[in-house]
Amino acid sequence: MTLLHTLYRHRFAYLMLVPGLILSGMFVFYPIFAAVFYAMQDWSGFNADIKFVGLQNFVNLFQDPIFWNAFGRSIYFLLGTVPAQLVLSLLLAMVLNNQLLKLSNLFRTMVFLPVVTPVAVIGIVWTFLLSPFNGPINGLLLDIGLISRPIDFLGSSDTVMPSVIGVYVWKWLGITLIYWLAALQTVPDDVYDAAKLDNCKGLRLVVLVVLPIIMPFAVAITLITMVSALNVFPLIMSMTNGGPFFGSEVMEIFIYRTAFASDDGTIPRLGYAAAAGVLFGMMILGLTILQSLATRMARRRAEGMA
Amino acid sequence: MKRLIFGDHAPSRRIALISLAMTVLCMIWIYPFIWMLATSLKSNTEIFGNPGLIPESWAWENYSRAWTEANMGRYFFNTLFVTVGSLALVTFATSLMGYILGRFRFPGRTVLFVATVSTVFVPQGFTIIPVFELLSAMGLSTSLVGLTLATSGNAIVIFVVLFAGYFSQLPKELEEAARVEGVTQWQIFWYIMLPLARPMVVTVVIMQVLTAWNDFLLPLVITLANPAIRTLSVGIYAFKGEQTIDWTGMAAAATISIIPVVILFILLQRYFINGLAGAVKG
Repeated sequence: MTLLHTLYRHRFAYLMLVPGLILSGMFVFYPIFAAVFYAMQDWSGFNADIKFVGLQNFVNLFQDPIFWNAFGRSIYFLLGTVPAQLVLSLLLAMVLNNQLLKLSNLFRTMVFLPVVTPVAVIGIVWTFLLSPFNGPINGLLLDIGLISRPIDFLGSSDTVMPSVIGVYVWKWLGITLIYWLAALQTVPDDVYDAAKLDNCKGLRLVVLVVLPIIMPFAVAITLITMVSALNVFPLIMSMTNGGPFFGSEVMEIFIYRTAFASDDGTIPRLGYAAAAGVLFGMMILGLTILQSLATRMARRRAEGMA
Repeated sequence: MKRLIFGDHAPSRRIALISLAMTVLCMIWIYPFIWMLATSLKSNTEIFGNPGLIPESWAWENYSRAWTEANMGRYFFNTLFVTVGSLALVTFATSLMGYILGRFRFPGRTVLFVATVSTVFVPQGFTIIPVFELLSAMGLSTSLVGLTLATSGNAIVIFVVLFAGYFSQLPKELEEAARVEGVTQWQIFWYIMLPLARPMVVTVVIMQVLTAWNDFLLPLVITLANPAIRTLSVGIYAFKGEQTIDWTGMAAAATISIIPVVILFILLQRYFINGLAGAVKG
């Protein structure tokens, strides 16, 4: 009776939650539990032949070098893109934030252009640009004599990851730039005036005055950038399909290939792929927790020193 | 003289230098687009002989070939359908949920809020298999409606958190005054709170458009069995797989597919920028 009473008293809140709960239930909460369930099955996904195998998939994953390579590449990608993207866009934002720069908006628009371009298009254009057969970038490098024969940027396992990382940073830099510009706009003008009186400028001004003010934003911006960098599937798929010889196969490509499109002709392994997804998700969660703990400790230490 | 970070002497000369450097940088930055446009107007034999950007003979037929062979019209419609459909669903559902989570205290709120926030980091690779299975079970795994639904679920959690944060900052007096006047809860949300949250609505709309337009894994998986519902991204990707030699046709198809977004972006630029900025400020 009391429970019903409480529910009835808050009926409006519960009722209004329904649309959001249906959507998030179907596509966020349910899939998380279902993935864990699938991860414990031996199942191709295409017939009713489904068998419970407990943690066997995880045991197999731990011994699967292709999984670990893909995992390593995902981390490599994260470390290669996020810091570069954050630092480059912050520098650019500081230049563009100058009110005397009349063309600032035009520059911003141009830097933002790749962000609104569909990933598949970006993939195609860059495949051409980086092509060893008459691609303009190889042409330029040959002309100025930096290299003597064309580099197969996307076709060699040494260069494929740096190339993909470079294109990713190029594609998404514009969005981080907007975030930083928004953060910089919250710095009041008199802060700059005061700093000028103290003869504080250049790098010292940035590090000592501007950065501490935009720090709360920096945390949010870093978080958004990291989450986005986990979804690299479209770019890599449209540029290299994960090749050459798995050379750019990050976690999501591994999962997709195992679950839907095993090109070596073997039966798809939905259970195994789900287990890989669960393991990857848990490791990312672990890394996130570690990182937030480290940030908190660093902050506490800084407070202790002050 | 304000907001001048890098030095302050002889500003005009400095500004001129920065402008020049930025112009060069931006030209390099958008070179891929210029190159794509140039290639789309050359003939397939010319691209190997003429490395310059101006085509010798303007091959407009590339565009008609791309339009018919790559099935662009159909894919355009599909992408538009998914984008608009998911926009409507997402904005409605997340603003409501954010409003309730941000302003109401009810049993279960904390659990729901923590559960929602903790899923922000779940990568798409984690959920794609159950999502596909769920749509199959509902008979929607090869339909545009299914794709629209799943695209809506994509970034929903971040939007709920953003809305909850925004709504929780609004002053209490507004609702109380309305409640005294005898306005219903629903009317308070629809006529008072939602209009007040306009900046956040714009943010969510922009972010969802970008998500839907850029989405790839989901449409790829869902259209595997039904090529007729491919979105532009997947269609272009498939065209690339089928045509390895027709560079100019592909460049034309690529150009066609970015024209609407680029025009939309240039027209609504202010909203795009302010909207995205709202995501960090909120």
